[in-house]
Order: sequence, then structure tokens, then C-alpha cells
Amino acid sequence: MKEFNYIKLEFPSHSSNEGFARAAAAAFASQLDPTMEELGDLRTAVSEAVTNAIVHAYPDSIGRISLRMRILDGCTVEISVRDWGRGIEDVEKAMTPLYTSGGEERSGMGFTIMESFMDKLRVRSVPGGGTTVTMRKLISPRAKRL
Amino acid sequence: MEISTGFEAGRLTVYLSGELDHHEARRAMLRIDELLDEYMPRDCALNLSGLRFMDSSGIAVIIRVSRRMQILGGRAWIEDPARQPQRVIDAAGIDRLVPIAMNR
Repeated sequence: MKEFNYIKLEFPSHSSNEGFARAAAAAFASQLDPTMEELGDLRTAVSEAVTNAIVHAYPDSIGRISLRMRILDGCTVEISVRDWGRGIEDVEKAMTPLYTSGGEERSGMGFTIMESFMDKLRVRSVPGGGTTVTMRKLISPRAKRL
Repeated sequence: MEISTGFEAGRLTVYLSGELDHHEARRAMLRIDELLDEYMPRDCALNLSGLRFMDSSGIAVIIRVSRRMQILGGRAWIEDPARQPQRVIDAAGIDRLVPIAMNR
């Protein structure tokens, strides 16, 4: 797929950066003129992926998180959230609805929401080496909406 | 995120507004716990009409309130969710656990 535009951001895993990450993602995606619903879905998916990195990759420390976004073929947004933290031993188990290792302030629905709001979701993880979550969503061309 | 309340005839309404994410969820849970201890309501409505954004952290808050109200022998429900929170609630499927009331 042809890359039209991209951004790369890096920030420490402070929970105050969750809001920043989804605002930055929404600002970048706005060039595709998404609907309010599509924009909400992107913000939610980014919030989930970044929160997972903050809570699970670096449970007892502050580490770095990278957010990369690309626009492919002029109408698909690709979002990659990467960390260099603890990694996930069993990705399939981690993606099971309601499963969480994060205590009572987590619901275990993060991956379910990412899957539901995005068209594609891929999780790569190396225990002890970090995790990369890559998601894609097709933004409906404005002409087709009229 | 802002939390305000209304109390009438044993029913506590908790109005959540702004953005409810993981960063805000712990504070929201502690504040709602205090409110439930203070009012000891028969019913508790979580009004989400002013919530601009919520992710799965909001689901954890809703489930916690529902469980606490069950322990108190009362009921909890979601009231008038704004559009984005509604999509998250639908995706998580918690409408099977916590009823949604649309009063608008």
C-alpha cells in the first residue's frame, strides 16, 4: 500500500499522556475528513492501545511508548503503538474478552473494543522485549457519504 | 472529568462529564465510592449525557458501581449515554449486565 503521510511520536508512559495521544491521533486523521463516529473510533482505539502499554508493559516503572500513524492509499489510517516493556506471554489469552491482569480499574475489554472499532488488528509481542499493536481503519470517502 | 450529583427519593444520580479514561478512572471510582457511602441510595443512575469520551476504563467504573449497588441491595443503571460512550458500551456488551435508560 502506498504511504501518503505519516507521523511518529514518542512519549513516556505517564497516564496523563493518554489524552494527548488520542488528541494527536485525531488531529492527524482529520485530514481524511472522517465522520464524527470514525474519529471517535480512532480516538478510542488509540486510548486502549496506549493505556495497555502504560498499565501492562511498564507496571512498576516509566518507559517509552511510540505512536506511529500512516495514511495508506489516501483513505486508510494505520496506527502502531509500540513499547519496549514486559511483553505479553500469551497474546491469545490477553485478547480474550473480560480477561485482565490489571486489577479492578481495568475491565478486560480493551482488545475487544480495538477489534470492534478498527478493521484490522495485529499484536506482536516478545516476552521481556515489548509489544507492538498495529491497527488499520478505512475512512469512508466523503463522496460516498453524500 | 467532572462529577456532580442529584439526590431525590432514594435515587442518586451521578453526572459524569468530560473525558473518562484510565488516567481519570481511579479518581472517579474513589469519588463515587464516597458518594455511595454518604447517600446510601436505593438506586444509582450514572448519567453519561455530558461525557465526551470514554474508553474501557469507563466500563470498569460502570461495572464497579453496579456491583456495589448489588451488595447494597439496590439497582444501578446507565442514563442517556452520549454517542461515543454508547458505542463503547455496545462493543463491550455490558448492556446485558447494566440496563440503559434513555430519558431524552
